[in-house]
Amino acid sequence: MNIDWSMLLGRLSLDALPDNIVTIGGAVGGVLGVLFIIGLLTYTRRWKWLWRTWMTSLDPKKIGVMYIAVSGIMLVRGLADVIMMRAQQALFATTADGPITADLFQQVFSAHGTIMIFFVAMGVIFGLINLILPLQIGARDVAFPLLNSISFWLFFAGMALMNVSLALGEFSAAGWLAYPPLSTLEYSPGTGVDYWIWSLQVAGIGSLLSGVNFLVTIFTMRRKGMTMMKMPIFVWTVLGSMLLVVFAFPILTATLGMLTLDRTIGTHFFTSDLGGNPMMYVNLIWAWGHPEVYILVLPAFGVFSEIVPVFSRKRLFGYTSMVWAIMAITVLSFTVWLHHFFTMGAGANVNAFFGIMTMVIAIPTGVKVFNWLFTMFRGRISFKTPMLWFMGFITTFTIGGVTGVLLAVPGIDFQVHNSLFLVAHFHNMIIGGVLFGAFAALAYWWPKFTGFHLHEGLGIAAFWSWLVGFVLAFAPLYILGLMGAVRRLDHYDASLGWQGLFIVAGVGVMFILLGVFFQILQLAYSVWKRKELACDSDPWDGRTLEWSTSTPIAEYNYATLDVVHGRDAFWSFKQSGRKRLSNYTDILVPKNSGFGPIIAIVVFVGSFAVIWHMWWLAAIGLIATILLAILVGMRENVERTITEKQIAVTEKKLWGSEA
Amino acid sequence: MKLFISYLGVGVDLMKVYYRTTSMTKRRKKSILPWLITGGLLFIAITATVVVTILLQGLDIPVLNPKGEIAMAEKDLLLFTLALSAVVVVPVFVMIGGFAWRYREGNTRAKYTPDHDSNRWIEGLWWGIPIVIIGILSVVTWVSTHQLDPYKPLVSDEKAIRVQAIAMQWKWLFLYPDYDVASVNVLKIPVGVPINFEVTSDGPMSALWIPSLGSQIYAMNGMTARLSLIADKPGEFRGSNSNINGKGFADMHFMTKTVDDRYEFEKWAASVRNAINHAHIDQGSYAQLAIPSAGDSPQYFHLHDVNLYDRVLNKYMHHGIGFTGEYGNHEH
Amino acid sequence: MNNESVTENKSLLSRTSVGFWLYLMTDCLLFATLFATFAVLRDATAGGPAGRDIYEMPLVLAETLILLTSSFTCGLALIGLATKNKRQVLYGLLATFVLGAAFLFIEVSEFVKLIGEGHGPQASAFLSAFFALVGMHGLHVFVGLLWLSVLALTIWRRGITDKLTRQLTLFGLFWHFLDLIWIFVFTVVYLMGIVK
Repeated sequence: MNIDWSMLLGRLSLDALPDNIVTIGGAVGGVLGVLFIIGLLTYTRRWKWLWRTWMTSLDPKKIGVMYIAVSGIMLVRGLADVIMMRAQQALFATTADGPITADLFQQVFSAHGTIMIFFVAMGVIFGLINLILPLQIGARDVAFPLLNSISFWLFFAGMALMNVSLALGEFSAAGWLAYPPLSTLEYSPGTGVDYWIWSLQVAGIGSLLSGVNFLVTIFTMRRKGMTMMKMPIFVWTVLGSMLLVVFAFPILTATLGMLTLDRTIGTHFFTSDLGGNPMMYVNLIWAWGHPEVYILVLPAFGVFSEIVPVFSRKRLFGYTSMVWAIMAITVLSFTVWLHHFFTMGAGANVNAFFGIMTMVIAIPTGVKVFNWLFTMFRGRISFKTPMLWFMGFITTFTIGGVTGVLLAVPGIDFQVHNSLFLVAHFHNMIIGGVLFGAFAALAYWWPKFTGFHLHEGLGIAAFWSWLVGFVLAFAPLYILGLMGAVRRLDHYDASLGWQGLFIVAGVGVMFILLGVFFQILQLAYSVWKRKELACDSDPWDGRTLEWSTSTPIAEYNYATLDVVHGRDAFWSFKQSGRKRLSNYTDILVPKNSGFGPIIAIVVFVGSFAVIWHMWWLAAIGLIATILLAILVGMRENVERTITEKQIAVTEKKLWGSEA
Repeated sequence: MKLFISYLGVGVDLMKVYYRTTSMTKRRKKSILPWLITGGLLFIAITATVVVTILLQGLDIPVLNPKGEIAMAEKDLLLFTLALSAVVVVPVFVMIGGFAWRYREGNTRAKYTPDHDSNRWIEGLWWGIPIVIIGILSVVTWVSTHQLDPYKPLVSDEKAIRVQAIAMQWKWLFLYPDYDVASVNVLKIPVGVPINFEVTSDGPMSALWIPSLGSQIYAMNGMTARLSLIADKPGEFRGSNSNINGKGFADMHFMTKTVDDRYEFEKWAASVRNAINHAHIDQGSYAQLAIPSAGDSPQYFHLHDVNLYDRVLNKYMHHGIGFTGEYGNHEH
Repeated sequence: MNNESVTENKSLLSRTSVGFWLYLMTDCLLFATLFATFAVLRDATAGGPAGRDIYEMPLVLAETLILLTSSFTCGLALIGLATKNKRQVLYGLLATFVLGAAFLFIEVSEFVKLIGEGHGPQASAFLSAFFALVGMHGLHVFVGLLWLSVLALTIWRRGITDKLTRQLTLFGLFWHFLDLIWIFVFTVVYLMGIVK
């Protein structure tokens, strides 16, 4: 009897398994990794612990840690993609028959971009916000704890979808923004673009929910006395960033939705026939994509605005201009998207307008740089690792800013657009800005959450490896771009003489890997030597509220809620010699909830079904999602009480010797 | 430029002041970190410069070594903008080095004002200076964008030559409709004569870029983009597709070969038309050519179908070949 | 028991309503994107019918009136909520449900008819954009109906609780919002479609 499996499995068949040595390696590695973790958890009987203390937790501090853990793992995967790309370009590129085929190469750089933006940069930013934001505004939680958990788990489901493409099917080979018509069914008939769409769509909806959540948190949950103009700058940057999320991500959702319709039911939004308009996609995707860059970099600015005053032992210079600059950047970032395609043939007036708007953003950004510099002016600067990352940031970011202004001039962009010059520029901004910001934040806030420092020497080693690696990896790309090397080349003629520079770039990647190695070593070593590296609850002599609570931090963040009087709230507490209060009252905290992980599973399965055209399963997924939404709405008794007495006991224990 | 130099001068003076002041503070606590930073930055700068200089020996950087009017103007624009940015960037670098050194923790003799957090004049200065610079740059941008508008035909005494470029998967087809010749993966042009490109795509979005000559432009199906370039010097200039359009993307490049003048060019065109075993291109052979392939060797053709470009264009217009819907027939 | 919960200086109600307003704004942007798409693709009929060839204006007008009336009945239910009048709330919601379902029925049957005539979303970019925009609104109405039924059933079983009051207020916002979007759909898609 002939069974028609396609009814059941859609497009999925044995052909979906990888067949190239590199992809098999990736798939096997990935599967073994997951199996290893499952085995380890089973062997150590940690499943219940994992479920109870982490997966179902609604504590933003734990959700933040999970975000950052996922981002860390994804950073490693993104770097593995980098190694493949640069190895190909440095060693095999001129013979055109290295182990990486053109198609695979294109999948690799598409995956690299997608992973680094969505699952590393976004993850680490949301992780940081979860960890720091509620503490800095003196709150005990975010506005909607369950929604926060659901956001994380949607992010996780998107990440999982993206990585499943390693083992089943393929990933998009159409670049990280999948321009049609290349990404339409006509030119990309496989599952790759669908994986790309759905992992972004799912993670994107998670981000959108987070955006709403954090905005409400900032608007309604600030500690008494903390007016808007007394908020720490990090909070301001999060406000700007989340406003951008709320304004930009719906555009992504709609655009991806239309691309999905084009690919699954045959509509003609972006196809090249029947009136479809690919240029509209390019406009829409950048109307989201440009603000996205600022979504990532604004919180990094915030991190540095916290670090510089603390390590200069001086108040932040120009708070008000800082706030204006942040808000100016937020608004302006919606008016520049066209600079991503000056070469599409828009008229000179349009191009010039968007070019000028782009340069205008350089003004508030420049103001921020000067404000940081003048915070250092007449300070007492101690160059601990967070401050080193700042120094690295400000130099690389300034260079990136200059090349950004160059690219903003249409006449120059006509020459260097889509070349490696452009690639070098945005890595300057994203590595130098976002990633260095994240590393600085990690070094800065680590002791607050753990009670011990990260090893300083290894941190310095990691910093220098990253900085040297960064310069070596990207300076050659600027030159290659000027030499006419376009991005995304899997091979080129040896006669062009590009190989030497690609090898230098490859060496740069090695240094970056060394940096990552030092960071992993730093984590492991610091955990091992945590007794020697132990510190109290306020190791840097901090200025903002989060340093005023105990370390480790209680799940309710603050036992008492002192009224805030100034900008550097904790600094002024300390200056006035105020004692800790002990007039405890009962506190309500949210109970754990399994909705997050369950929704993640359902959404994952549903999206997977759509990608493979298993329509019955997709329908089940949809119905299950609706039912879950109804159940979430009907939840009762969602909070539990921590009594005054319990708090007194906990506080005594947490403060310990610091009493 | 003068402004730029004077800024450099100020920077050097500042550094001198810092070194003088720091040499007076010998009794301060020694800290190794500032040394690490200076040393590290020097190390990076020197290594990178040395290695890159060695690698660049004898290589051409077309964007900085232009061979045509447009590319020349774009290079000048690049250098001008860079110099103007330096007005802000150089002080930033001087300050970051200077402040980091002067106000390091160990230097207890430096002034310390922990509560100093604003100064209206100084903040006004760094809102003001960038605004002025960006203002200047905006004017330059506005003017240059109009001057360099790829759609604007170059002004020249010579009558421009029309070239229709079709981006295919994965090769470039150039049609010379006024000379009845065509070429694949090679572009023949005379020196000193403006070339007016009409660019379209018979496949995913691509982009035509010849760095030595200047500006690139996207090629999209169903529409024509225009680009006007000129070669002022003879030579062979590499051109390529700069926008990914599928598997064979990396092979989608070609050589631009110049002939000395229009007379030579016309001679060349005639020789292609009259070649003994002349390859020709018409609708039939175009269909053959349109089958995706990469790494096709350069070839010249006698162009039999002068309307080929419009046919390719129309393929993607509403009523074209790709159209299989129900209305087409009766609406036609 | 002390009432100090995780909410420091704003009540739960104000938090959820701020959140819901923000959500509505994101939804606005979603629709804005689809409106922009529609505006771009309006004339991309690829030789197929344009809007004025397929719109059944009497039906559209009926849809509009029905939806506006449903907003009114929804308002009546909310007034009942304020006066804790369970009967009024339930009858109001029932009327809203019936009207909403009627609206959706007309819309879906229009869609079915168009697809049957070969004017489905696959036929041209204009029709893709038309179905996406109007369909997205319809989808929202459908979700609204689901939400409404769950709320109505719970109120019927349990009476008017604080939580239900909160949710019903939000539902009211949502329903009026859909009305507003429809006004735009009516104007941009239909009215501007029939006048040339």
